[in-house]
Amino acid sequence: MEKRIYPAPPQQVYLFGTCLIDLFVPEAGMDALRLLEQAGVAVDFPMGQSCCGQPAYTSGNEASARTVAAAQMALFQEDWPIVVPSGSCAGMMRHHWPKLFAADPVLGPRAKVLAERTFELTEFLVEVLKVDFAALHAQSTVAPPPIKVALHTSCSARREMGTRSHGLALLRALPGVELVEQKNEAECCGFGGVFSLKHPDISGAMVADKTAAIEASGCDQLVSADAGCLCNIGHAAEHQGRALKVEHLASFVARRLRGEAQS
Amino acid sequence: MSTQTTTQPLQFHPSADFKNRSREALADTKLRQNFRGAMDFLRGKRSAQFPDENELENLRDLGEAVRKHALRNLPQLLEKLETQLTANGVQVHWAETAEEANAIIHGIAVGRGAKSVIKGKSMASEEIELNDYLGERGITCVESDMGEYVVQLAHEKPSHIVMPAIHKTKGDIAELFHEEIPDTPYTEDVDELIQIGRKTLRQMFVDADIGLSGVNFAIAETGTLWLVENEGNGRLSTTIPNTHIAIMGIEKVVEKLEQVIPLASLLTRSATGQAITTYFNLISGPRRPGELDGPREVHLVLLDNGRSQAFEDAELRATLQCIRCGACMNHCPVYARLGGHAYGTVYPGPIGQIISPHLLGLDDTRDLPTASSLCGACAEVCPVRIPIPQLLIRLRTEAQRNPGEAVAHRLKGQGASYSLGEQLVWKFWTGAYAHPSLHRIFRWLATRLRAFAPKQQMGWTRFRTPLQPAERSLHDLMAERKGNRL
Ligand code: SF4
Repeated sequence: MEKRIYPAPPQQVYLFGTCLIDLFVPEAGMDALRLLEQAGVAVDFPMGQSCCGQPAYTSGNEASARTVAAAQMALFQEDWPIVVPSGSCAGMMRHHWPKLFAADPVLGPRAKVLAERTFELTEFLVEVLKVDFAALHAQSTVAPPPIKVALHTSCSARREMGTRSHGLALLRALPGVELVEQKNEAECCGFGGVFSLKHPDISGAMVADKTAAIEASGCDQLVSADAGCLCNIGHAAEHQGRALKVEHLASFVARRLRGEAQS
Repeated sequence: MSTQTTTQPLQFHPSADFKNRSREALADTKLRQNFRGAMDFLRGKRSAQFPDENELENLRDLGEAVRKHALRNLPQLLEKLETQLTANGVQVHWAETAEEANAIIHGIAVGRGAKSVIKGKSMASEEIELNDYLGERGITCVESDMGEYVVQLAHEKPSHIVMPAIHKTKGDIAELFHEEIPDTPYTEDVDELIQIGRKTLRQMFVDADIGLSGVNFAIAETGTLWLVENEGNGRLSTTIPNTHIAIMGIEKVVEKLEQVIPLASLLTRSATGQAITTYFNLISGPRRPGELDGPREVHLVLLDNGRSQAFEDAELRATLQCIRCGACMNHCPVYARLGGHAYGTVYPGPIGQIISPHLLGLDDTRDLPTASSLCGACAEVCPVRIPIPQLLIRLRTEAQRNPGEAVAHRLKGQGASYSLGEQLVWKFWTGAYAHPSLHRIFRWLATRLRAFAPKQQMGWTRFRTPLQPAERSLHDLMAERKGNRL
């Protein structure tokens, strides 16, 4: 689906927190909210939300995916953008909800409308709101120490949503943040939802290469705008005994704007 | 010489063993290094061919349109192809199954009293396991493509659809030639190795009764078979022996000659990173009266072997757009780590994962559609824009479907992965995530009982520390914030 074009920045948005952030990285959801509010947008977090349905969808359980997705679709009644701090879940909502409900005369058109209104967080901040992060940063009283970060862009963010450029733009706008390159950066970290459970050996080999490449980049920490990749890379690094710190991009940016060093 | 033996031991295990084989492949560090190096090299070669992103995207649009157009008109185009080829003097045969295709080729060979077949590269002939079929019936097949020759000499199977011996290092090949070809000194010099192979094969072209080849594109309007190659072996196989038999999947037809131009460009650039291959063979019939060379008869075997199942489904039909360039496997993070043999199918990698279920049924291939993180690297490079991840999800859906469910278009092996246990998990999940009140209880339990999160979490904890829910969920934090504000 094509995304909607907003001639003027919207004043109010919905935040869809995603199931992984909800249970495992809740601070990232709060930081997404803080960033949106700092950009002058009012945020509504519908308390009935849970999950976009992607785990069921990609594992071949369409009916379950439809039931769970339909429950979310009922929550976004106002014509506001839906901001999602995950390329993967935003991709599900923008590109797969319309397919999932294509045959449904009521939910089909509804899914299309919601798809057009769905944005990944960095995409929304950079492209729709055109937030001047350098200016926001300048308002902070303390300047955080310089830091080297490696960015991991999830496969859905990179290929389905095209939001790698937004993540990069955001990080580049922050003073004191140096982006370092990693080998085979465009390659998948091996998470893939159920893939990591159904083919643990292949997934494990992929994430082992990923953590090695990130560590070799010489970064102080890794940031990513997707909680799935973060859990995969972070927990694998911990298992391997690597001192690699991973953080959601929203939390990293929020922290820099607060003038904090590494958390 | 070992290629003279009539039967080849099959080295493919049932594809149901995928998980075990992938584990073995991952443990083989030499194999992993070989593939990683080879894939990085091929990725680089391809991207050097497409410096202009716009040109690439336009060409892909065109390639996709040509293939879609051909598939929309597939039955008519195949009939037209048959008519044109027949008018050109080519004998056309239809094979619904691998067995039928083998029998047709065997019949032609027997009719000509043939004892030997020289083969240009053909994945369709690999698919029907022609070498074994003919070998068991006393007819020797010799592969003349250098990669295929190496694989045959080693009694193996191709590990890649474009570069069959890509899993072998030059050291492996040096050793193989030294051991298998009489009077061959050990050398790791690539040029020397190629010369050894060429010299050995030369006489076989002359001696062979039949030349067999694949087809890259068949042009309906003109009745032309288009064959792309680099070594000249394809030309020799299709011109020296008195009989030339070509074999192709039914999907390879395109309507017009000019429509092949973008496809051929996409094919060579995506496959080997070449702007053009050394040879383009356009075959439009046997030797005509007065001509001094060329085969006296030409046959084309049109192979279905499960392709109709994909054709009949509006979504899965895209599978047949494929032009077999291999770019999807070159860019696949799973293939790069496993190599081709682990898949256990003739077509490995992403294309194999979406086509094999049609050729073999989902029962035998059930682990292939799930062996992907759906990262989309394949679809990103596919020159004809096959939505491979989307097709994988669809195949997963058909494998998960209740075997008893009546659907409009039933796939062979529907429900191959259906399990009551897994269904129960999804029922529970759906309940917990579709009802806000139940989700609240679920969140409450998950966060309050976080200390009891299992230390072993299926495959996850083999390579990672366990996941543990946060002390308070995002919902809790949001509720608190709302409370503060009120
Ligand atoms: S699926 Fe696409 S990339 Fe893969 S072999 Fe076929 S044409 Fe090439």
